[in-house]
Amino acid sequence: MPWDRNQMAARAAQELQDGWYVNLGIGIPTLVSNYIPEGIEVTLQSENGMLGMGPFPYEGEEDADLINAGKQTITELPQTAYFDSATSFAMIRGGKIAMAILGAMEVAENGDLANWMIPGKLVKGMGGAMDLVAGVGRVVVVMDHTNKHGDSKVLKACTLPLTGQSVVDRIITNLGVLDVVEGGLKIVELAEGVSEADMRAATEATIVD
Amino acid sequence: MKKVYANAAEALEGVLHDGMFIASGGFGLCGIPELLLSAIKDAGTKDLTFASNNAGVDDFGIGILLQTRQVKKMISSYVGENAEFMRQYLSGELELEFNPQGTLAERMRAGGAGIPGFYTKTGVGTVIAEGKDHKEFPTGPDGAMETYIMEEGIFADLAIVKAWKADETGNLIFRKTARNFNVPAATCGKICIAEVEEIVPTGSLDADAIHLPGIYVHRLIKGDHEKRIEQRTTRQRKEA
Repeated sequence: MPWDRNQMAARAAQELQDGWYVNLGIGIPTLVSNYIPEGIEVTLQSENGMLGMGPFPYEGEEDADLINAGKQTITELPQTAYFDSATSFAMIRGGKIAMAILGAMEVAENGDLANWMIPGKLVKGMGGAMDLVAGVGRVVVVMDHTNKHGDSKVLKACTLPLTGQSVVDRIITNLGVLDVVEGGLKIVELAEGVSEADMRAATEATIVD
Repeated sequence: MKKVYANAAEALEGVLHDGMFIASGGFGLCGIPELLLSAIKDAGTKDLTFASNNAGVDDFGIGILLQTRQVKKMISSYVGENAEFMRQYLSGELELEFNPQGTLAERMRAGGAGIPGFYTKTGVGTVIAEGKDHKEFPTGPDGAMETYIMEEGIFADLAIVKAWKADETGNLIFRKTARNFNVPAATCGKICIAEVEEIVPTGSLDADAIHLPGIYVHRLIKGDHEKRIEQRTTRQRKEA
């Protein structure tokens, strides 16, 4: 069985290392915070101006002045620090954030990432995604391996406008884990019950040994 | 010089003109200068260009100025929450310049710091880089060359921001994530007007805890804020 959303998030959580400052994107990446391994301390950055993002508030305790980058009400933690948007992106651009875990529409074998725009469709904007992929130490993409038509989202070259060029380090999909290496992608791990042949069949990108 | 004005309309007197460039603080609906935006709507100033991370929602924030067609152009990173915005944009009535969020924040910061341009890696190899000056710097591993693009500082006619507390000299303190774009936006306007929830006597704020020194703030008003929540998310209390 391929991994479901929660299993993908749990696998992505294994990427976290003790002491890291990390930015989680919207969607499956947000679920990663539910699976932070025991004994690992990570601090979550919210790019609207906060380090040390806490869980959603209890009902009745929502604060209009305390939201995450998805505009959801959240809470603070004992180690929380607030700052302005210029400072927030200074720490992102300056390489202080160890890793970003993001969703994607397409990833290419050279690490190109497309996750903000489909030409001809409604364009909402890139938000902070271009800054994150250009600035953070390591970019991990978590997404379904194929789209709803069954076409591979892991491609030789992206067809959609890019969010960043050669920025992705690792791809975690419902089928397993791939690394961007010299010459293509390398299979790091297969989801339980997924064969290497399944992985290759669902991947348009070059897979190297 | 007295900085405190009675209300938003008075604070904006003599400042507004058609076609002006306004930088606004706020992220989503969090920390937006809602009273000043409302007063700009009442003033009817037209052909405005706004540098603002978002465009509000249909009936709150910059959205209210879109309804009255007072906005000519938006410089934003994300505008997904506003149906009227999308209608005007798709019909060609509204100009839109997407900036990556960090680039927008830094353009404001740079403008306020007297820096007309800076190089960033953000957007290299994307549509954002098209037509922009490219330059290589030896910032990679072992001094390897890496490509950067030049982005320009923002120099706005007016900055409008929202803070939590001020003293009478305009020293500002923000609250939690409502600080966001308010600090860089405040610095990049020729004139900055701040709206706050409370004005305290000069000397009663901790001078070490000022987030934005009053030198950046020219006019100041206190008012009642709606502080609307865009996405109310909560968790269940665990049963005892």
